[in-house]
Amino acid sequence: MDYFLELFLGGLTRGSIYALIALGYTMVYGIIGLINFAHGEIYMIGAFTALIVISVLTLMGMNTLAILVIAGVIAVIYSSAYGYTVEKIAYKPLRNAPRLSALISAIGMSLFLQNYVLLAQTSDFLPFPCLIPDFEFMEPYAHIIGSTEIVILITTAVVMVLLTIMIKFTKIGKAMRATSQDKTMAMLVGINVNRVISVTFIVGSATAAIGGVLIASHVGMINFYVGFIAGIKAFVAAVLGGIGSIPGAVLGSFILGWTESFATGYVSSDYEDVFAFLFLVLILIFRPAGILGRSEKYKI
Amino acid sequence: MKRYFGKVFVAAIVLVFAVSMMPGAGLAADTIKLGVAGAHSGDLASYGIPSVKAAELVVKDVNAKGGILGKKVVLLVEDDVCKPEVATSTATKLLSQGVDVVMGHICSGATKAALGIYKAENIICMAPSATNPALTQSGDYPNFYRTIASDDAQARLEVDYALDVLKAKKIAVLHDKGDYGKGLAEFAKSFIEQDPRAEVVLYEGVTPGAVDYSAVVQKIRRSKADAVIFGGYHPEASKIIMQMRKKRMKTVFISDDGVKDDTFIKVAGKYAEGVYATGPRDTSSNPLAIAAIEAHKKAYGADPGAFFLNAYAATQALLNAIEKAGSTDYDAVSKALKTEYVETPLGKIKFDNKGDATGIGFSIYQVQNGKYVELK
Repeated sequence: MDYFLELFLGGLTRGSIYALIALGYTMVYGIIGLINFAHGEIYMIGAFTALIVISVLTLMGMNTLAILVIAGVIAVIYSSAYGYTVEKIAYKPLRNAPRLSALISAIGMSLFLQNYVLLAQTSDFLPFPCLIPDFEFMEPYAHIIGSTEIVILITTAVVMVLLTIMIKFTKIGKAMRATSQDKTMAMLVGINVNRVISVTFIVGSATAAIGGVLIASHVGMINFYVGFIAGIKAFVAAVLGGIGSIPGAVLGSFILGWTESFATGYVSSDYEDVFAFLFLVLILIFRPAGILGRSEKYKI
Repeated sequence: MKRYFGKVFVAAIVLVFAVSMMPGAGLAADTIKLGVAGAHSGDLASYGIPSVKAAELVVKDVNAKGGILGKKVVLLVEDDVCKPEVATSTATKLLSQGVDVVMGHICSGATKAALGIYKAENIICMAPSATNPALTQSGDYPNFYRTIASDDAQARLEVDYALDVLKAKKIAVLHDKGDYGKGLAEFAKSFIEQDPRAEVVLYEGVTPGAVDYSAVVQKIRRSKADAVIFGGYHPEASKIIMQMRKKRMKTVFISDDGVKDDTFIKVAGKYAEGVYATGPRDTSSNPLAIAAIEAHKKAYGADPGAFFLNAYAATQALLNAIEKAGSTDYDAVSKALKTEYVETPLGKIKFDNKGDATGIGFSIYQVQNGKYVELK
């Protein structure tokens, strides 16, 4: 039973890691129907920004909590700026082009950002300091779950709740929902669609940056390629939960995390990915739009 | 007179075209082309770059002394990013540039992919770091040589150390599912199974690049292993060791020369302390090795990286064999590699019939105070 609990918590942590990245995928898809492949790179840039800020602040001798907060805030601002710019450069000019063009543009942007960081920074793995101290009250449970993992879990929950509130109850959230339902109609009733899309990208990139800082702190290392691998898994999670749905992304991430964790624990880690994708295929057979996704009917 | 002039003119133009169309043939006559292939960018660049620098230093020396057989040696450096699918085009590119011999590739998977292409063209390929046993033992690649011992030698040493010195009884064997890591892990597993003193309690491959290894780590804990033997490279090793130590596990961690890299210590920091890794035997007392390292410091202002001396020895062995053979002919050079000893930073070496260097081996290292220390 202990073993089951350990695997359960391990899967939960893994799931919340995926969820922090999957939220951005699903938001952008929900609004403009674009799979933003550059999202994983925004996450990676968030982690790199944080690392640079941390190195500078550590030299100045600040305390860890202050460093964590400042690095987090700067990473969020910086990544949001990247997200905003990427949208303006790579997606906005293609707003009325076929969907495939924007998708190719997204893949191009992803490769560009990876190689830009590779050239501007380094190809080596860099150590990322563990910013979250070991909580004392956690010590008896340290062999099951660490304090960083707890922080990631809580952050994921908070971010998900905040996003849901924003979309359900604020003016910009209403505008987002309107844009997602019908872009042309939203424009006709006076919604500034371009601004709504920009805000979506900024919010999505901000969550990715928070994810970048926390996950890098958990894993303990980063390089230019981390965004790609994590991004692919998070994308799968978003599809599993029903891409476009925010609770769906979180649910999908947890299911993916648990599947992987239990497959490793009870079968073999050799088949970790096999089980993860088998599960995806099964769910998509029975619910093609994902667990919480709405299937849309297109009129021809 | 006018018509005669026209003919000369046309002939001259044809000649110019003919010459310009075969620059390779024109150059090949007075240079020896040494291909250097390996991971020069990407995740594993830290293994590949030192080999390029080693080749540069050896070739600079050789050319300063007038070259080989009166010809200058030129380097053709090509990147394969350590990926098999890239390595095939790297090999093809080297061949199209008229390469005579190749020093490389770095990773076993990439080397294997490229070898078939070299074999078809009778090009000798000598790797400084590709340790997959099958490369030499299968007999499929008579054109392949290496200046590093194969993985089964490393696995043997790891298992002997775990059983004889550390007295481990339950051992978990992990790998990263790659050619190199899995090959090594399979050897370690079979060596442990042949020995009645210990048993393999867990044998698993982990997914490289995953964000989290906590499930595998919990599985190791449940298996109650005294020691973990990991086959693979440092990015996965450092993630696994960090998660093990953060989960308060004190299990001994033994790995291979893919982990015996300073990047591992830099990334894993305090969690790296006490980790064992096998690596090429320490050659710091060999005067040729000292000279090679000094030359590197002088030329690049830093200590050389992983496999620098292996690459240095490989370059020397290849050039020496060409000199002894008197040409770059495949059969003559192969014979020279197998019969003529050469003095290198790794000691006095020649190659056996399978292509493994004689007189090259491994030692066990341990991380102590942020440094790999050789255990005698």
